[in-house]
Amino acid sequence: MLLRHTPKEITERSALVINPAKTCQPIGAMYASLGINGCLPHSHGSQGCCAYHRSTLTRHYKEPIVAATSSFTEGASVFGGQANLLQAIENIFTVYEPEIIAVHTTCLSETIGDDLKQIAIKADKEGKIPAGKYVIGAPTPSYVGSHVTGFSNMVKAMAGLAESSGKKNGKVNIIPGWVEPSDMRELKRLAELIGVDYTLFPDTSGVLDGPLSGEYTMFPKGGTTVQALKESGDSIGTLALGEWCSADAARQLDAKCKVPCSVLDMPFGLKATDRFIDALRIVAGTTVPDEVTYERGQLVDLISDMHQYFYHKRVALVGDPDQLISMVEFLVSIDMCPVHVVTGTPGKKFEKRIKALTKDMPFEVKVKAKGDMFLLHQWIKNEPVDLLIGNTYCKYIARDEDLPLVRWGFPILDRQGHQYFPTVGYKGGLRLLEKILSALLDRKDRDDPERSFELVM
Amino acid sequence: MARTKKLVQWEPNDIKAELLKKYPPKVARKRAKQIMINEALENATPEIVANVRTIPGIITMRGCTYAGCKGVIMGPTSDIVNLVHGPIGCSFYAWLTRRNQTSASGEKNENFIPYAMSTDMQDQDIIFGGEKKLEAAIQEAYDLFHPKGIAVFATCPVGLIGDDIHAVAKKMKEKFGDCNVFAFSCEGYKGVSQSAGHHIANNQVFKHMVGTSTTEKTDKYKINLLGEYNIGGDGFEIDRILKKCGITNIATFSGNSTYDQFASANQADLSAVMCHRSINYVADMLEVKYGIPWIKINFIGASSTAKSLRKIAQYFDDKELIDRVEAVIAEEMPFVEAAQQDVLPRTKGKTAMIFVGGSRAHHYQDLFKEMGMKTISAGYEFGHRDDYEGRQVIPTLKVDADSRNIEEIEVEPDEKLFRPRKTPEEMETLEKNGLHFKEYNGLNPDMDKDTIIIDDMNQYEADKLIQIMKPDLFCAGIKEKYSVQKLGIPQKQLHSYDSGGPYAGFKGAVNFYHEIDRLVNSKVWSYMKAPWQENPELSATYVWE
Repeated sequence: MLLRHTPKEITERSALVINPAKTCQPIGAMYASLGINGCLPHSHGSQGCCAYHRSTLTRHYKEPIVAATSSFTEGASVFGGQANLLQAIENIFTVYEPEIIAVHTTCLSETIGDDLKQIAIKADKEGKIPAGKYVIGAPTPSYVGSHVTGFSNMVKAMAGLAESSGKKNGKVNIIPGWVEPSDMRELKRLAELIGVDYTLFPDTSGVLDGPLSGEYTMFPKGGTTVQALKESGDSIGTLALGEWCSADAARQLDAKCKVPCSVLDMPFGLKATDRFIDALRIVAGTTVPDEVTYERGQLVDLISDMHQYFYHKRVALVGDPDQLISMVEFLVSIDMCPVHVVTGTPGKKFEKRIKALTKDMPFEVKVKAKGDMFLLHQWIKNEPVDLLIGNTYCKYIARDEDLPLVRWGFPILDRQGHQYFPTVGYKGGLRLLEKILSALLDRKDRDDPERSFELVM
Repeated sequence: MARTKKLVQWEPNDIKAELLKKYPPKVARKRAKQIMINEALENATPEIVANVRTIPGIITMRGCTYAGCKGVIMGPTSDIVNLVHGPIGCSFYAWLTRRNQTSASGEKNENFIPYAMSTDMQDQDIIFGGEKKLEAAIQEAYDLFHPKGIAVFATCPVGLIGDDIHAVAKKMKEKFGDCNVFAFSCEGYKGVSQSAGHHIANNQVFKHMVGTSTTEKTDKYKINLLGEYNIGGDGFEIDRILKKCGITNIATFSGNSTYDQFASANQADLSAVMCHRSINYVADMLEVKYGIPWIKINFIGASSTAKSLRKIAQYFDDKELIDRVEAVIAEEMPFVEAAQQDVLPRTKGKTAMIFVGGSRAHHYQDLFKEMGMKTISAGYEFGHRDDYEGRQVIPTLKVDADSRNIEEIEVEPDEKLFRPRKTPEEMETLEKNGLHFKEYNGLNPDMDKDTIIIDDMNQYEADKLIQIMKPDLFCAGIKEKYSVQKLGIPQKQLHSYDSGGPYAGFKGAVNFYHEIDRLVNSKVWSYMKAPWQENPELSATYVWE
């Protein structure tokens, strides 16, 4: 047993988090920043933050993750980090020549009270920001929220670039939330199929799914351009995917530039994708082409074909709120039973949503926001499940409890493919179903005794 | 499939100038001192500037003090609960990512490595202080796990808000009675790199654990292995060899370590130092307080492994051991040599660059030499001048503001436990016969004249250097891996290896030969261009055959 010190008996913990189901805000901000064209993310704190975030993102995406740091020393921590950030801005624009620097704070710079806005104004006054280039900033103290809210805060800072000319440009803003580059690419494909003129932000496709061609460029062609972000204020509407990841930015656009918004669930699974496609066609005033309806039918077909293996199977899930909400809905829609659901990200709303989605299930559903994987493991020990869905860290639980595991979420450090194969949309739904079925049936094939081992299943 | 290689001969000085060209003048001046053209074997080796601040905005490879303390030194210990006091991230990122393996050989087979524990500080803890929460978290960890030891690590905000983690640890230790609780003030902003964290960890491990065991170790040929972290099972392979030779490893600092190992370290008769940078403080303190001499060894590379074993045998000066070591080397080497002969035709003449660590950029050159590969440029991420130029420069090192705030602990000979292992005469004879104590000559003398040695290498300089010198292999960390590989040049991660290992010892050398052969000769590097990119001109009409 790898996690052999985890007791079955659950005791209340008030102060100790064990095996977290979240990480800190800055890494989310860094990932979001990479979805801006020509952007260098900058971590305003000590070197380690930036090194850890880059390492984790690199291991997950298997792509170069470049980001700079203010390299705080003890002196900067005492006297404030303004001098470090000013110097960093000057060095970055001189050496790396990005279009934009997206600065996020850390627990260190927040605790000492550095004011990003004021420092950016000073940098501008001192001529450290070349003409036509930008510095944006997002507050992401690590002691608030989680990586998810950090992502959201940076997306909000991106929306802060929006300007309103008073004339609508007919585009629809799509804020995808923290999904993979493959998912962002798929969302764009769907929008194009439906004939929607869109601005997707952030957009890490074309940045973090680059080819190997013997050339390296620090700023690949992908990412939402600053120009597009500026023009997002003239869009006819915003679809924000995910309350936790995307709603704040959408609401800010609404308040600042009067771009009406609709907050949807992330389009994982049949129903959430249906709502996304429907919302997209309504806001853009287009008709959904047969091709998309055909893809939907294929997903329904696969659900029908696989239903016998899914029916009433008990599932434990751990991950981020927006993803889990859609996934739980999807599992319920195929008659699986998501019985244990944990996120490390805070939010009572999450527990309410999951409860509402599962209220008709024939089992009691345990759900916790601000939980951890230690608790999830204890729940599983007390009430076993047939399947576990979550990030790579789940493999320790899966091995100890001998559970099939579907890797889905962040981070995935020991398998590949998530950069390229989407799980959003109808096509993404096909992939999720395939993964779930393979996990369940591989297990059955392994476990079935000789007399009932079968070729045709 | 052969890669076309443009061979432009650059003078080292021109390369250096090219690396600095784009920097703002202030940055260029600073970086110029950290880029050195080697004058190996000359008496006047130019001085390199190392262990100084990274310039803000320059994309460094370095991490922080917390990473050096909790991540490197304390992370590999199996039966000590590591509790991180701070917001969640620091604990999360150091969770199982360094690939420290363990056989969990503690008394009760404890293994806390798969657990990340944190006080997950929230904004109210930052405002009102986090000591109460830390106290409660220690209590909860104790109640759940009943470990022998709980190590508490401070992250950045803890130092700023002034939580007294040492007082909390002391209070809880006294309360429990059967659990040693101690703390590390390893806030990320201290020092200039991971290196400060190593030092902080060394001090606390020494203060709180070493010498506390009451069980007497009666085995023969007792050593401590310092600065080995069992990444990818390196320590397992070294332990296999030591055991085969009949050498008893009392304590590894800190790969696959247990509480009891640290506690018994004072009973060894020799300290063998692998990673000089991260652990030399403990080696010195063990000598002063308990009388254990130390030598520098290196188990990276088969010939270095053999040499190190011979040095250990020479120290104990016992024919039985000397013969046993020779027999083991003779038994192990044919397997190594066979692998060497297998890869040599494909690796000979290839070039490598290594920018890692405080030791590995030096140690791994031995492995490359065994494969006929030359290291054409190297440098440390967090080394000090002594790691480049040798320990003789230590007295001349300037202590700057960033080093001054790292505690130096003064130790004195222990009244009861200090015991000289050799007489002054014996030591002198050993020295005369070529066994040098407390000696490390650094990286520079082992590199060719005119090679470029770069301290605290960064993204921009790496990119430039690769484009100019076109090495066949680049070695650095995970952050550097894919930007290098996009250029069509294989990268080997030499911090935690990405995957694979062990690379230490004899079997490790064989693994490494195969791994590097795989990397530098992979067919994938020949697929960079599509046929229509190689021949873009449509010169003739295609005729169907």
